[in-house]
Amino acid sequence: MTSLDQTAAVGEAAISIKNVDKWYGNYHALRNVNLSVGPGERIVICGPSGSGKSTLIRCVNHLEEHQRGEIIVNGVTLNDSLKNIDAIRRDVGMVFQHFNLFPHLSVLENCALPQILSRGAPRKLAEERGMQFLERVRIPEQAQKYPGQLSGGQQQRVAIARALCMAPKVMLFDEPTSALDPEMVKEVLDTMVSLAEEGMTMIVVTHEMGFARRVADRVVFMDQGAIVESNVPDLFFDAPSNERTRNFLSQIVH
Amino acid sequence: MTSLSITDAYVSTEIRPAQKAPSAKRAPVLKALFGDFLSAVLSIGAIAVVLSLLPALKWGVVDASWAVGDPAACRSGGACWAFIGAKLRFILFGLYPPDEQWRPIIVMALILVMVLVSLSPSLWGRKLVVAWSAAIAIMLGLMWGGFAGMAFVPTSQWGGLPVTLLLALLSLGLGFPFAIFLALGRRSKLPIPRLLSVGLIETIRGLPLVGLLFVASILLPLLLPPSWTIDKLGRTFAALTVFAAAYLAEVIRGGLQAIPAGQIEAAKALGIPHWKAIPYIVLPQAIQKVIPPLTNTAIIMVKNTSLVMIVGVFDMLSASRSAAMDPVWPAPYAEAYLFVGLIYFAICVGISYYARWLEMRVKAKDYR
Repeated sequence: MTSLDQTAAVGEAAISIKNVDKWYGNYHALRNVNLSVGPGERIVICGPSGSGKSTLIRCVNHLEEHQRGEIIVNGVTLNDSLKNIDAIRRDVGMVFQHFNLFPHLSVLENCALPQILSRGAPRKLAEERGMQFLERVRIPEQAQKYPGQLSGGQQQRVAIARALCMAPKVMLFDEPTSALDPEMVKEVLDTMVSLAEEGMTMIVVTHEMGFARRVADRVVFMDQGAIVESNVPDLFFDAPSNERTRNFLSQIVH
Repeated sequence: MTSLSITDAYVSTEIRPAQKAPSAKRAPVLKALFGDFLSAVLSIGAIAVVLSLLPALKWGVVDASWAVGDPAACRSGGACWAFIGAKLRFILFGLYPPDEQWRPIIVMALILVMVLVSLSPSLWGRKLVVAWSAAIAIMLGLMWGGFAGMAFVPTSQWGGLPVTLLLALLSLGLGFPFAIFLALGRRSKLPIPRLLSVGLIETIRGLPLVGLLFVASILLPLLLPPSWTIDKLGRTFAALTVFAAAYLAEVIRGGLQAIPAGQIEAAKALGIPHWKAIPYIVLPQAIQKVIPPLTNTAIIMVKNTSLVMIVGVFDMLSASRSAAMDPVWPAPYAEAYLFVGLIYFAICVGISYYARWLEMRVKAKDYR
């Protein structure tokens, strides 16, 4: 178990989010959010729909822009500088709810082309690396197929392989199992568990509480754009201190 | 089993093997054609249409004269196919010097070869673009001549099918990249490219092609300094190209709009620079989504090339019309137009079947 300290010194943190505010038009989506994630730490973020979970992790790799506060990823401050944004995206992999694989490319191409386009990797090496990570997520036999020919669970594993090909230091998961049929959730979670066991720094937005209990170092609960509770899984689930957390847990834990 | 329990009704005790689907039911022919009122009306209507075409068949086949080089035989009232035989070279090559007509023949053969080579998407790439550029340079070189012992033939003497094919191919081929920039510009967040694109697209779409051709061939030389002599074929080609680009741009824009935001987000998250994500991630998907309307525009553009006739460019349709004006022959306009129509039909049907095949290939990848 890691320490309960939620404000690790900036120098140590893989990700440091400080006093971040974000608006969509007039809608205040993130309200003074503070979160710092140490190297190798696994954070699970949960909370009701519209609470800002996805917005928060999408701010980390600048898919959304925060208007106030500071986000630092591996020592690089996220601001308008394209160089910094590139540097951060280089270190941060992301897995989406709807996979967002490239449907016109084969599974292997999905893994290889981004390496070529963003790192200038030679094709042969990119494909070798692609195969290597497809083997890791245990679907090398699907390499020549197209995403539309795979099941949801397989597609999500390809998406994880594709992100890992870029050698990220941090992985963001945005509800990776929410769009899956129930029998496919496990294969994706297993992949994520093995990734966690290897020491990957992860921020996972999910409602899979079994996964949170098993893998997370800390569970963070968000409501109405703010972090309301943050604790180690055992305490979070067994003794939530906040009324809203208790309400939420009573609704989703069957 | 005499008494039914709940479990009998709900639970199958074994997994049944898959069975063959029952064969489709088919009504007997007579019943299908005349079985009910609507079918009967449609069938009778169809028979009436076929019967009404019989005189045309008589004109076109039974009474037709086929004897080559005999205008007199054509006075009988039937179709004068002999005329097509006699004027074939003129219809196909216009005023191009007869002794040099092997050159446009090679050009057309080259077009055919290049088109056949380009059909399979697996060969699409930089090499093919280079090959096409070289092929087009060779084609234009052959048409113009003036080197390697070939007589110089000015564009005013070009004519017939090669002109039609070159105008269609080049206006679509050059219009397409132009259209991509217009479509991207129209969706750009930057105001200047967006306004320029919108302005250009809307202006050109607001003008009839005939008007555009007149502007290009008559007005433009008056506006430009006299030393800038661009020949007429070049100017009509430019007009066709911008026209094609404006229409293609709107089709491509439709495809761009159909790409989910998640695709760009994934590319961004993977660190792919925007200017690479567009050609490798966004455009291939956008274009695959709009194959049917692209085909439509391509077919329309092939036929639009015939409008260059009104500014005096000698395409296949103009050539056939001039051929029919020859007083030796009894004004065989119908035959001339039917023949040219058949060629257009063959080209357009070819394009449309090819597009259908392309679409099937895309579907084979099982896109959502």
